[in-house]
Formats: sequence, structure tokens, C-alpha cells
Amino acid sequence: MRTAFIESLSQAASENPDIWLLCGDLGYSVLEPFAAKFPERYLNVGVAEQNMAGIAAGLALSGKTVFIYSIGNFPTLRCLEQLRNDVCYHGADVKVVAVGAGYAYGSQGYTHHALEDAGIMSMLPGIEVFVPCDPMEVRATTRLIATSGKPSYLRLSRAGEPSLGATAVTDIRKPRLLRHGRTIVILVSGPIASRALEAADELARRGKDVRVVGVTCLKPLDEVSIHGAIGDAELVVTIEEHILRGGLFSLVAGAVAGAAQHPRIVGIGIPEQSGKTSFAGSREALLDAAGLSVPALVARIEQSLATR
Amino acid sequence: MVHAAKASHIGGCLSMADILAVLYTRILRVDPADPRSADRDRFVLSKGHATAILYAALAESGFFSPDELTNYCRDGSVLTGHVSHAVPGVEVSTGSLGHGLPIAIGMALAARSEGRGSRVFCLLSDGECDEGSNWEGILFAPHHKLSNLCAIVDFNKIQSFGSVAEVLNLDPFADKWRSFGWHVEEIDGHDITSIERVLSAVPAASEQPTVVIAHTIKGKGVSFMENKLEWHYRSPSDELLAQALAEVGA
Repeated sequence: MRTAFIESLSQAASENPDIWLLCGDLGYSVLEPFAAKFPERYLNVGVAEQNMAGIAAGLALSGKTVFIYSIGNFPTLRCLEQLRNDVCYHGADVKVVAVGAGYAYGSQGYTHHALEDAGIMSMLPGIEVFVPCDPMEVRATTRLIATSGKPSYLRLSRAGEPSLGATAVTDIRKPRLLRHGRTIVILVSGPIASRALEAADELARRGKDVRVVGVTCLKPLDEVSIHGAIGDAELVVTIEEHILRGGLFSLVAGAVAGAAQHPRIVGIGIPEQSGKTSFAGSREALLDAAGLSVPALVARIEQSLATR
Repeated sequence: MVHAAKASHIGGCLSMADILAVLYTRILRVDPADPRSADRDRFVLSKGHATAILYAALAESGFFSPDELTNYCRDGSVLTGHVSHAVPGVEVSTGSLGHGLPIAIGMALAARSEGRGSRVFCLLSDGECDEGSNWEGILFAPHHKLSNLCAIVDFNKIQSFGSVAEVLNLDPFADKWRSFGWHVEEIDGHDITSIERVLSAVPAASEQPTVVIAHTIKGKGVSFMENKLEWHYRSPSDELLAQALAEVGA
């Protein structure tokens, strides 16, 4: 995903001389191609995210399109007030790019796990929030936000994520059908989508009819398309590598709640962690431990069907 | 304005009044008829609570009618109690401290990258120099040789809940900026000639940003307000307003 991002950004920057990239002293083996090609528009501001966000706002208010890049919580939570006041309140053309979605930094520990970022970013006024499921969606998102003129948040995982689905990405703002089906609809954001597809295949082997839809654009959520994706499903399941509060589940539930009739919506995400220390583990191991293994997903969905 | 709106922050307005007067009459290349000109100088008020005096300076400079000032802090007015970019001539909204300098740095970088002669002036309070975000910017600007950037500190020695010396001492203040690589000017912030001399010299050093440490008096010009913490908060009564206006010769 990181490589897809920097390749797409470099392409956009070659077409638009006002695109800048700022990083907070992170991006080793990722950002170098951009820095080499556009040295006058690349800045490593140092380990100083508040300053980075403020500088980005100042550049954007002077006509630039500014990408700021760092790991998970650093370009988001560390400088949250700068994003709220300096960027979003002014409608400044700043793109926050965080790498390391969810448990992507695995054994690096809790400080490097981005578990609340998408929800918190979604709460900021006027920002657009994208959580791509695969590298193809990263490319589409990067192309879009490079020209949108709006504050944006792009949540990347790391590297090696598989491409999903046979369907091309036509409009990244709209939900993307990843698997045909009807009675159970799984809405998923981020690369956890690959596990959602595996779970859907297992459920199909057990006689269930499961649709999987990727929801990359969390804000603005295309509510009409969400209703369309849900169709006449008996059960809707959201799956995200994020806490349930504020993320995909909250946003979908909020969008659907007003309908006169709607199916039951079950949210599957990462439990909130407070007062408990985390342990070392790969992304995969941590997802399994959080109840997001494929067998656990299958079991949760079957259980939900049984308790309707 | 502050009296009519029963608002606060008059002390910090008066300490920077002379600085603003010089900026808007003799320094800033800004044009009310073309307020978004790409070549304009930028002024960022980082101590956004002291906005009443900026609104007054902008109105006097022709950005909007002085009649509008009576609406300060009133229902429906754009003249909010912390500076708002909805007001003609205002570059950025601030109010939470420690935000202005990084934004000003971004503006200075943009101006330099485009080869413009624009200068960026950022006015900070002394109290807000407690904010770590400022020191991130203070470290950054000399490293990038932002000579078109000028920070001005309204050093009135009184912050929100006590004296600077007691709350969080900044001294040796000039040495701190100097050691970070800034070109430092220390002046009497109420001496018009000194203010004009240092601000008109920006960029004073070819490869350094400038900081002007302006020694000022909170509540300057009004005997009962000078150096009194309470005038960070109080709004003057009718009688005190009359006395204050008489003392400043308005």
C-alpha cells in the first residue's frame, strides 16, 4: 500500500507543481523516490507533528496541495487540534496520510497500533476519510484526493496486501462489490477485507449466500449506495480493523438507523483496550487474538444468524 | 469595543497596540482593495485572544467599516472574541495558543518557493511561548533559513494566571532564541521609532529568521490597567472607560 501511495503521489506531483510532501522523520524506503524527484517540494520536518500540521496549513493557505505522512497516531492524534483548527476550519488543502492501520505494526506495540484514528478523523469538520482495502484502491484514492481541494485522511496499512476482487475501482467514493451474494451482506473497510472474503467463502461452503462490499470512503459516506448494497439482506455485518466506536460500524449504523425498516447490523472490530498491556505479535496473531480470525468471523456471523 | 461587548483581554490588546499601529501604517504590504494578492505580506496573530485591537487596526486600514466594530462579540457578528478569518484582512483564525508560528512558517516557505518578496510576520504572546509547538517551529525556521519570517513576541511579562517569571520563567529569553539560530532584536515595544526600525529591516539577516522581543506593558496607557493581571479578564465600567479614554487621549 505504501508503494502504491508513493507511486501515485509522484505521478500526481509530476502533473501538478503545487503538490508538496511533508513527513515527520518517517518513511524510510518509501518516500525516497518522491524526495529524489521533487526535492524542492519534499520536506522532512523532523519529529514534530504539530509543527508539520501547522506548516502544511500555512502552505495550503498559500495555494499548495500538501500531503503529510507519518505512522498511525502521529500525524493524526498528536496534532489533532492543528488538524481541527488550522486545517479543517480553514478548509486547507491538506492530506493526512497515516501508515500502519490497525495492527499493521504488530509487535511494535500499542503506541504504534492505530485503532481509533479513522473515527477521530471522521469527526473533524469537512474532512474526507478513506480506508482502502487493497493497493488498487490506494491508487484511486491518492489520485482523487490530489485534486479534490479538500482536507482528507488516507489510512494505509503497510506492504504486501493482496489485490481484492475482480471488479475495477470506478469511483472510490462508492462502495465496491467484492463478492456476489444476497442474504448476508458484509461491509468491510481496510485490508481486513481479505479475511472477510475468506469468511464469506467458508460460509458459502456451509450453504450461506454472502455478499462482501468494500467501503473505502467512510466520509462522506454514500448512504444511498450503502442502502443499495444492503438490499434485502437478512443480516448486515461490518468488519473493521478499528474499534467499533466511531468507525465503519458507527457510520453505517448511523446511516441506516433512520430507515423505516432495516436488517440487524452486527459490528465486528477490535475491542477497546484500557488498562491492559498488549503483547508482542504479528498483525495476523493480534487480529486472531482480537477475535478477527477467519474461523472466529465465521462463528460470529453464524451465531448472529442463529440469534435473530 | 471591549466595554460595549463586556468582553475581556483588553490588557493584552493595549500591550501590542503600538506594534500593530506600526505594522499596519508603515510595514505591511497589504491592500484592502486586493486583500488576497499573492504578493502581499502576511500577518498572523497567534495570540488570537487579543483580537479586538487587530479588528480596530484592520478597520482603520480600510479593510471594513469602523462602524462594524460596535458589533464586536455581538450575536451574528463575524467579529468573534478570538480572531477569525471570516473578517476581511485576517489571514488565519487562532485562539488556541501555539498555532500561529507553524502556520506562518508554512506561508514563508510557500512565498520563498515561488520567489515572492512577501514577508510573514507572526505576533505571539509571552505566555504562549510555554507551548511546545512553538519550539518545534523555533527549531525549524533557522534550519531552513527562513529570512522572510519575523516573529514578534509581545513580552508584557504577565500571562493568564500569574507573572511569566512565576508561572514558567522564559529567561534568558533572547538567549534561547539566539541559541536556536534566530536573528534577535530586543526593543521597547512602545517606542514607535524602534518598532519601525526593526520591522522595516526584515529580512534583516540573509539566512536567519528574525525575532523581535518587544518589552511591553500589559494595559499600556491606562494607569489602572498597567501591569494588572485582572485586565486579562475584566471589562471596564462606564466610569473606568471614560477615565481610560481620557488617559490615552482618545
